[in-house]
Amino acid sequence: MMVDQFVKVGMADLKVANYKDAILKTTGLGSCVGLALFDPYTGIAGMAHVMLPHSEIAREGKLNVAKYADTAVPELVKQMTALGAGQRRLIAKMAGGAQMFAFSGSDTMRIGPRNVEMVKKLLNQLNIPLLGEDTGANFGRTIEFYNSTGKLLIRSVLQGVKEL
Amino acid sequence: MDPLKRIADFQIDVLKEVGNIGAGHAATALSKMLDKPVDMKVPLVNILHFEQIAESLGGDEEVVIAIFLRVVGEAPGNMFFILSHQSAKKLLSQMAGIESVDNTLFSDMEMSALQEIGNILVGSYLSSLADFTHLNFSPTVPAMAIDMAGAVLSYGLIQFGQMGDHALLIDTKFLEGEHEVEGHFFFIPDPESFEKIFVSLGVPLE
Repeated sequence: MMVDQFVKVGMADLKVANYKDAILKTTGLGSCVGLALFDPYTGIAGMAHVMLPHSEIAREGKLNVAKYADTAVPELVKQMTALGAGQRRLIAKMAGGAQMFAFSGSDTMRIGPRNVEMVKKLLNQLNIPLLGEDTGANFGRTIEFYNSTGKLLIRSVLQGVKEL
Repeated sequence: MDPLKRIADFQIDVLKEVGNIGAGHAATALSKMLDKPVDMKVPLVNILHFEQIAESLGGDEEVVIAIFLRVVGEAPGNMFFILSHQSAKKLLSQMAGIESVDNTLFSDMEMSALQEIGNILVGSYLSSLADFTHLNFSPTVPAMAIDMAGAVLSYGLIQFGQMGDHALLIDTKFLEGEHEVEGHFFFIPDPESFEKIFVSLGVPLE
């Protein structure tokens, strides 16, 4: 079967992939957080591009669970275990949560750090170890997760490429 | 209920006019600064999925210069003025007379000139909107970022994120001379602001 190597994860979206050559990718993370979960034993990986920390504030008719950290993390775990991943084997890597513009005050503008905090809280609750992160600061990131190696590649405009 | 679903075609036309007037004033301000004629395109008013917004600038990863400010007051929203890297360099050399030494990076001098140009443009855009709608729009201090389009724009979509996956965008492009400098204004009113904007323009939502 021919499958696309790259699996594109949009904004407020999540995807899982269970084949060895898959590369999960999400672009242009600013204050959003890109989270990759991986089961090294089965090679099943998942990625979410979350935009907001908490679904409590949602006022949309049909909730997009991928958009909020508190709903996206459990959903990602659910979809991965449905494919055969073991929850206790999962590891996590993440990037994003930047503060793109330098403002003082307003809580909305601190959305990046709040997204990061929320994802960490959820990972902690689910006992998923966070093996690497490149979060905060004031620059955008594009990330790629390689199922074959379990590496997370992070690209940015001025900071170059980083591997976790 | 999602106010975007209640917007009719003629109301979109009204928003185009809003974009026209705002950008028209900004273009006049720019034209005075440059001492050159500045043209403007008919604005695009669209209800776009989050993914499509960055696409209108060349994709999520396209590096752009963005001036962002939060509009507070009676009809709050987010405002961006966005230039491509190339356009920013041209604007600087033509306007501020700053010939750049490095074509890939911006010096402190160039950064502060861009910030100032951006401030003047968004300021004139907003003050004409306020005159036109009789609503009070107060800009917060603008901030600038040079980064991936997806990363900067997503910042302006947080208020919409709570409502759905679409945002209403009033996008006006302007061009200086032989299509050399291209800038975009994005005005993204908060979901709650539509009602007020439409009421003040005499076309309330059904």
